[in-house]
Amino acid sequence: MSEKLLEIENLYVEYETDEEIVKAVNGLNLIINKGETLGLVGETGAGKSTTALSIMKLLPEKVGIIKDGSIILGDINITKASDADMRLLRGNSISMIFQDPMTSLNPILTIGEQISEVLELHNKEMKKEDISKRVDEILELVGLPKERKAEYPHQFSGGMKQRVVIAIALACEPKLLLADEPTTALDVTIQAQVLEMMADLKEKLNTSMILITHDLGVVAQTCDRVAIMYAGEIIELGTDKDVFESENHHPYTTGLFGSIPDLTKATKRLNPIDGLMPDPTDLPIGCAFHARCPKCMDICKKNKPKEIKKGSHMIKCHLY
Amino acid sequence: MGEDMVKQDVVIKKKYKKRSQIKSIMFRYKKNKLAMVGFVMFIIMIIIAISADLIVDYEIDAVTQNMKERLQTPNSEHVFGTDEYGRDIFARIIFGARISLFVGLITISLSLTGGAIIGATAGYYGGRIDNVLMRIMDIFLAIPSILLAISIVAALGTGIFNLLLAMSISQVPRFARIVRSSILTVKGQDFIEAAKACGTKDSRIIIKHIIPNAIGPIIVQATLTMASTILTISSLSFVGLGIQSPTPEWGSMLSDGKKQMRYYPHLVIIPGIAIMLAVMSLNLIGDGLRDALDPRLKN
Amino acid sequence: MNTPIIQTKNLKKYFKTPKGDLHAVDGVNVSINKGETLGVVGESGCGKSTLGRVLLRLIEPTSGSVYFEGNDITNYDKNQMLEMRKNMQIIFQDPYASLNPRMTISDIIAEPIKVCKTITNKHEIENKVQDLMETVGLAERLINSYPHELDGGRRQRVGIARALSLNPKFIVCDEPVSSLDVSIQAQILNLMMDLQDEMGLTYMFITHDLSVVKHISKEIAVMYLGQCVEKATSDELFNNPMHPYTQALLDSIPIANLSSKGNKKRIIKGEVTSPINPKPGCRFYARCPKSKDICLAPDLHLKEIDNNHQVSCVLYD
Repeated sequence: MSEKLLEIENLYVEYETDEEIVKAVNGLNLIINKGETLGLVGETGAGKSTTALSIMKLLPEKVGIIKDGSIILGDINITKASDADMRLLRGNSISMIFQDPMTSLNPILTIGEQISEVLELHNKEMKKEDISKRVDEILELVGLPKERKAEYPHQFSGGMKQRVVIAIALACEPKLLLADEPTTALDVTIQAQVLEMMADLKEKLNTSMILITHDLGVVAQTCDRVAIMYAGEIIELGTDKDVFESENHHPYTTGLFGSIPDLTKATKRLNPIDGLMPDPTDLPIGCAFHARCPKCMDICKKNKPKEIKKGSHMIKCHLY
Repeated sequence: MGEDMVKQDVVIKKKYKKRSQIKSIMFRYKKNKLAMVGFVMFIIMIIIAISADLIVDYEIDAVTQNMKERLQTPNSEHVFGTDEYGRDIFARIIFGARISLFVGLITISLSLTGGAIIGATAGYYGGRIDNVLMRIMDIFLAIPSILLAISIVAALGTGIFNLLLAMSISQVPRFARIVRSSILTVKGQDFIEAAKACGTKDSRIIIKHIIPNAIGPIIVQATLTMASTILTISSLSFVGLGIQSPTPEWGSMLSDGKKQMRYYPHLVIIPGIAIMLAVMSLNLIGDGLRDALDPRLKN
Repeated sequence: MNTPIIQTKNLKKYFKTPKGDLHAVDGVNVSINKGETLGVVGESGCGKSTLGRVLLRLIEPTSGSVYFEGNDITNYDKNQMLEMRKNMQIIFQDPYASLNPRMTISDIIAEPIKVCKTITNKHEIENKVQDLMETVGLAERLINSYPHELDGGRRQRVGIARALSLNPKFIVCDEPVSSLDVSIQAQILNLMMDLQDEMGLTYMFITHDLSVVKHISKEIAVMYLGQCVEKATSDELFNNPMHPYTQALLDSIPIANLSSKGNKKRIIKGEVTSPINPKPGCRFYARCPKSKDICLAPDLHLKEIDNNHQVSCVLYD
């Protein structure tokens, strides 16, 4: 077994507002090993982004609350870490890439300044010349000419901006990179370029990555392990082979696959999952998926299914 | 198909009754307590203003000077005291409500209408029309509104009608700017294009789709204008172009009282409170209306 | 049966910008037969959305013509156009921005009917609205709801119901499923295909998602910088892509199985060049892996290579 980097155990996250309590993450268990890419797949509202924000401890103040569980990175318990500790951690050990490259860069700073800012924050004793040298290196790494570091974000196209964002995230060579839908806003040809670059970089820097996406295609092409999320829980987890090629699946996973039109076969009709995501303020008893599940049994309405493991493959369903 | 058939059809089909837009706006407005307080306050003021003649006598109490009783602090005979000419302040406040509220409301409606038409045209059509209209508005804005009002009244002559016109014209550019900017934010949205795609006329698009979505800042500006209008009248009166004394009017009562403020603070406090209540009630109504018009704020 | 319901001839739309003319749509010829779907694919900025809007004359074309059932609608006057609009509608990408947030669902669906006065009786309008809601699978209790109370999938259903309210023959679908989750996306795609079968609708389906377009279209046109570079039936295009851009595009799609994992793909370098005052010749020249000097020769047209397969590339001369 490879070395453990991050371990999330029994994580519960809620958003509390005056009117309601949104149960975003409900008992999430996850382990990420060094150097691997984990794909976190799910639909809107499945709790993917909340999980990432919990790891960064960037949940909206006073509203988003970690109710229970622990997140352990190396030897640090993030759930108990102080704000000052977290500031040191962010950018240095963990970095995050956001979905929209248009809004995640500061429009009035040159990209060189934005990259060196991260370096300065985490390497206080580093000399000016060293920093600027490092900026050049990083830009080269993400495939941007270093002459362009004096330019402002608006002078770059969407794909290039995402490269800059990635450069900032990787500036301090973090151990863990959280990528929240990094290519969703990009065109397919550009997406292919960025994904290829990210895969190369990960090899070079030996960084672990959590890739959050709703696109099963992207996951299949880039990830070593896949976790499928539904209503704040991981309902299926396994290596890419387990999820994409094995026979046994959670009915939700089957539904997801049925929803994407297959390019290799001509299909007359898609087989989507009926209905909608359950309301996170009022989750059903038993399995959260039972109301939409085509294979629903009586037990699904009463008891929460347990994690059933078969080697590297985990499914949370009463069928097995 | 006969009319009866249709109706029968309707009865069978309709399980859920369609609620009319106005009803649901009223429903949402009524749920807002503060807005209802503002509404009741405003209605009371209007009633007092209308029935002023029944409460006090205009000639004797509000206008005629009575030097023997000048500068009294509030007492049992004069509830709010008397001013420096011995006139009953209570009576002057009640009659002043007529002028101040009337001028305030009319000014708001005239300038809002004018500003909305100009701003909507400029914002919706854009291009050269926008440029020409807004540059004209900029010229108006460059002149302080009081100076503008003074020059208009000076040119047209004094009188309540000219006063209203002057005040409204001086406020039009502000409304035009706000309406235009609100429209620009809404104009680019897809639902406007969807409306165009089924052949909706421009006027209907502006009235039905754009204005309701841009109403928030317009209402806020309208309620704020009320206060400044009342005070502007007093300034105009001061230079002899507004309401001529001895006609009672809140703004001039306030500015006349300033001279004696040190010894007789009630001279400014009482008209001040009157203006404040009027503005506050309108503000509350405005806020309530803005929230009621926006279904997204419904809880 | 094979009469084109809508057809464009050398359609052009240039936008004036301070830097020069932006060639959003540059000489596009497409035709769609009744009851069929033409998929239009391309990356952002290739002019596919502009093309859809020019077809409906929501944007006036710079030159060229649009024929609806054989009549050139580009010189229709306002009143004729008003009559025409009943026949052609549009469904938008963003179901959040395309519904007026101050109107209830039933008002939104009824609005086109009221504007075009196709039905004037109030009760009949209400019935029609409820029929439409049933058709697109919206529960009746939602008539008094506002758009913000619905999720993305339901909103898109409202958008579809509004487009159907005038019984159009032709609908431009501008990325109607791009902002939806996959399972909801599949529901909407199924709905749209069912509606097409029942009502004989004709679609122009604009999208950047190739797997969706393959699923729903009979014919596909690939656009690059305002021009149509390849056009073929859907199977033909996917089995035998000819234009280097189409090949690159197909290679870039991440496929949800492991068989192609790790394969070296033909990823094209660079990004879409500026559509402002483009140079003559092939617009894909700068990124094309097979570019030659003759690619810069001024004329390039779609050429019929095979039955129903047209490509605009010098490689196939």
